[in-house]
Amino acid sequence: MWKFFHKLASPPHFYDLANKIIPWFIVPAILLITYGTIAGLFFAPMDYQQKDAFRIIYIHVPAAYISMMAYMTMAISAGIGLIWRMKLAHAVAAACAPIGAWFTFLALITGSIWGRPMWGTWWEWGDPRLTSELILLFLYFGYLALRAAIDDTSKADRSSAVLALVGAINIPIIHFSVEWWSSLHQGPTIVREGGPAMPMEMLLPLLAMILGFTFFFGAVLLRRLRTEVLYRERRTGWVKRMIQPAGGEA
Amino acid sequence: MLAVGLAALGILVATALTLSAFQENMMFYVEISDVKAGKVPNNRNFRVGGLVKTGSVHREEGEIELSFVLTDTANELTVVYDGVLPDLFREGQGIIAHGRMGSDGNFMADTVLAKHDENYMPPEVAGSLAKQQAANSAATTEETDPATEETTE
Repeated sequence: MWKFFHKLASPPHFYDLANKIIPWFIVPAILLITYGTIAGLFFAPMDYQQKDAFRIIYIHVPAAYISMMAYMTMAISAGIGLIWRMKLAHAVAAACAPIGAWFTFLALITGSIWGRPMWGTWWEWGDPRLTSELILLFLYFGYLALRAAIDDTSKADRSSAVLALVGAINIPIIHFSVEWWSSLHQGPTIVREGGPAMPMEMLLPLLAMILGFTFFFGAVLLRRLRTEVLYRERRTGWVKRMIQPAGGEA
Repeated sequence: MLAVGLAALGILVATALTLSAFQENMMFYVEISDVKAGKVPNNRNFRVGGLVKTGSVHREEGEIELSFVLTDTANELTVVYDGVLPDLFREGQGIIAHGRMGSDGNFMADTVLAKHDENYMPPEVAGSLAKQQAANSAATTEETDPATEETTE
């Protein structure tokens, strides 16, 4: 068991392993997102009050889900890196941030486009759900800026890990904002008491999109992680050997 | 490490303060009962949320200005508004109005936003649900107020 973890955390081994498992994320991501898009846009019935405009849910909800899931992945990895001084965990946290920031941006933009025709506004300052999701974007920016500002990788790892962990308090705030405070945003549709407030033919494509986005996130994370590992190990023997094949002079 | 710990503590305290501020002052909108109890700022704009009372939307011929009654089923508040309504605005719909109290006790809105709930369903299902509800309420007592019926177009 421990041997497996040590091997997993060893950069050269992980670099190869990541390459081998990326297809196991890419293929399900493509299948699920293709099914979800076609079923969601063409076959799911339209909503009784929002008509066809509700279909933006098939991008908005998965994006918002990944924006929070990526943050939790980042915070947990940062915590593991901080406690067990595991370099690979820090690399995972660093690789999560830009992906999470982009999905947060996507969630905010699609929400805004959805809000204009339905609510009658692009953006409302002071709404708890909207504001806390915007704070999430700023947390990602803060994390990226802090990393970029510190040259020493291990120092950058530790400082940004603390920021990631403290910022994790925002995640339950985003999730429960619509229940704790009065908000323009409606309550949860899928995870709620009494089951999802959506018929199966609308729900299945949505679940497929959420799962598909999750696989996509995994694939992009692994790709970023390979680059991150390569950069961190740039002065080690195995990277040099890989770039310059044995005996060859560059 | 001490500095980092202190910084973390500082952020936690700031978060706690922000949260309690949210709780007390940053409610996105106030309830009608609070408006009726006078628990609203006098000369400041605020948002009020509620349902558009069925049959209460009233607009003079050729005018943009309209008035409707906002209800939380127990309390009522008349809202006056002249502006563009969102697509989802209709009788029975949850809305949020932004504006201030007028001297006549009516709420003078400068923005009206529509709220929708977390339920999604095909139109046919919504139609049959509405039919069922109508059948149920017809079977029980009639609860229409003749005073508000007159304002209906």
